[in-house]
Amino acid sequence: MNPLNIKMPKEKKVSYVINIFGVLAIFLLLVLVFESNFLGGRTTYIKGICTTACYTIIMVASLNLLTGFMGEFSLGHAGFMSVGAYSSAIVTNALIGSGIPNFFLFLIALIIGGFAAALTGIAVGIPALRLRGDYLAIVTVAFAEIIRVAFCNFEVTGNGKTMSGIARLSNFYWVFWVMVVCVTIMYMFVRSRFGRTVKAIREDYIAAAASGINVTFYKVLTFTISAFFAGVGGAIYAHYMTAMIPTNFNFMYSAEFLTQVIIGGSGSLTGSIIGATFLSALPEAMRQFSQYRMLAYSIVLVLVMIFRPGGIFGTYEFSLTRILKKLLAKIKQHKSDDKEKHS
Amino acid sequence: MLTIKDLSVSYGAIHAIHNVSMEVKDGEIVSLIGANGAGKTTILHTITGLKKANSGSILYDGTDLQKMDPSKIIQLKMAHVPEGRHIFPDMTVVENLEMGAFIIKNKDEIKQKEKEIFERFPRLKERRKQLAGTLSGGEQQMLAVGRALMSSPKMLLMDEPSMGLSPLLVKDIFNIIKEVHKQGITVLLVEQNANMALAISDRAYVLETGNITITGNARELLNDERVKKAYLGQ
Repeated sequence: MNPLNIKMPKEKKVSYVINIFGVLAIFLLLVLVFESNFLGGRTTYIKGICTTACYTIIMVASLNLLTGFMGEFSLGHAGFMSVGAYSSAIVTNALIGSGIPNFFLFLIALIIGGFAAALTGIAVGIPALRLRGDYLAIVTVAFAEIIRVAFCNFEVTGNGKTMSGIARLSNFYWVFWVMVVCVTIMYMFVRSRFGRTVKAIREDYIAAAASGINVTFYKVLTFTISAFFAGVGGAIYAHYMTAMIPTNFNFMYSAEFLTQVIIGGSGSLTGSIIGATFLSALPEAMRQFSQYRMLAYSIVLVLVMIFRPGGIFGTYEFSLTRILKKLLAKIKQHKSDDKEKHS
Repeated sequence: MLTIKDLSVSYGAIHAIHNVSMEVKDGEIVSLIGANGAGKTTILHTITGLKKANSGSILYDGTDLQKMDPSKIIQLKMAHVPEGRHIFPDMTVVENLEMGAFIIKNKDEIKQKEKEIFERFPRLKERRKQLAGTLSGGEQQMLAVGRALMSSPKMLLMDEPSMGLSPLLVKDIFNIIKEVHKQGITVLLVEQNANMALAISDRAYVLETGNITITGNARELLNDERVKKAYLGQ
């Protein structure tokens, strides 16, 4: 059931090509900005913000799979992130002297982080997903706390002190493409038969079960996929920060991701991208007020809930293809209008 | 085809069903009638595995349904139309039907089934791209039936198809049930609207606070004094 093997209709192919070009254009623009030293001494700093934005996008989009598409709240996403972060850091620390090129080491770290988090996702998901709504949210909070306390006490994770000296493998150019790949896979998942099945479960689980859908299986599957990408996000985080402490992954961090999902629009992956980008760049842009960040979040959240209860994007997906099509139609219209004028 | 023996079900300390035995034979329409809270839906949910029984057995074509996951039941060619028109409101009519054919992997077969359903329910065809939540009550019920038929069932469990529909639409829905039955599908119908249910059924069971009190030929029950008094308002 590999989504890549599905024969794509022509329109879909065109849309993929357009989107690849769009992503490439953004990438080249950023490369140009960073390499031309246009920003002078602030280049490294801005690059750092962009890296942060990239892994935040992965985190928020993966959480959106749960809240937006499966319709269940998780308040423990930072817990999965920490599992990914610590497991990948432990593995790269062990492998660092062995002559593996950095790029492959980074890939290994991502995969280890992802799979470790996914396994935890299965372990938590099987018992927890029998619960729904508020109860599930409580279990996920508890899970994240257990993980945090456990990592505070394990020797390999630094005994509660900062775990430092992790190799700095994340660089913006790699992280950008990792983000693109992750979001693309999530997008394909949402658009696939699996995605539609998960949506059906959200809408009515009794009817879904009556149609022959194994509700628990699909819920655990989605939970696991979401956890996998959270783990990948964590691996990027660990190899970007190079030092971390379990308390970084506290309840507030999970709540921050959830806020970004809701502000961006739960059910819209592009909404998550926009939400994550702005909300991770915002506190940096207003550094002097950064301790008021959560305050600002809550105000923004209240405003969004009043004026756009579904989030900024709602369930709407931003589509480059659609915009291009509209533009082309307009140009054509214009040309034919001109012709009429001339004739 | 379906044999229920000494079934008891409870919600915590509350016993909802006491020692219920009933049977649906191949090719019949059997209705289960009773007032609100008598336990009709509980029986259906126990058959489909959404609720676990305390004791008793449910045999369907020789298979014990009790140990089965709700999602596996449909593979035995038994389809469930849940109470209160459980459709997927944010999906289109076509997508709803496709979910009904979830267990069918062959795409051409799904298309073929879809065509059949649209032939039977032209109203759904007109609204194929519409979100199911925006359909009228009667159309939603049609969709729920259509979705259940997508899996080519041999037996259809219908839970209160008349609920919340106008008398005219109720008539339509019962005609649909009759037609479905004519094509050789066995029907177990759970209803509060005893009059309509008895009119189309072969046999019926009357459920009162978890016990089966009266059972027999549907025509006879229509003239039964007790049934008349309690359910037909005569």
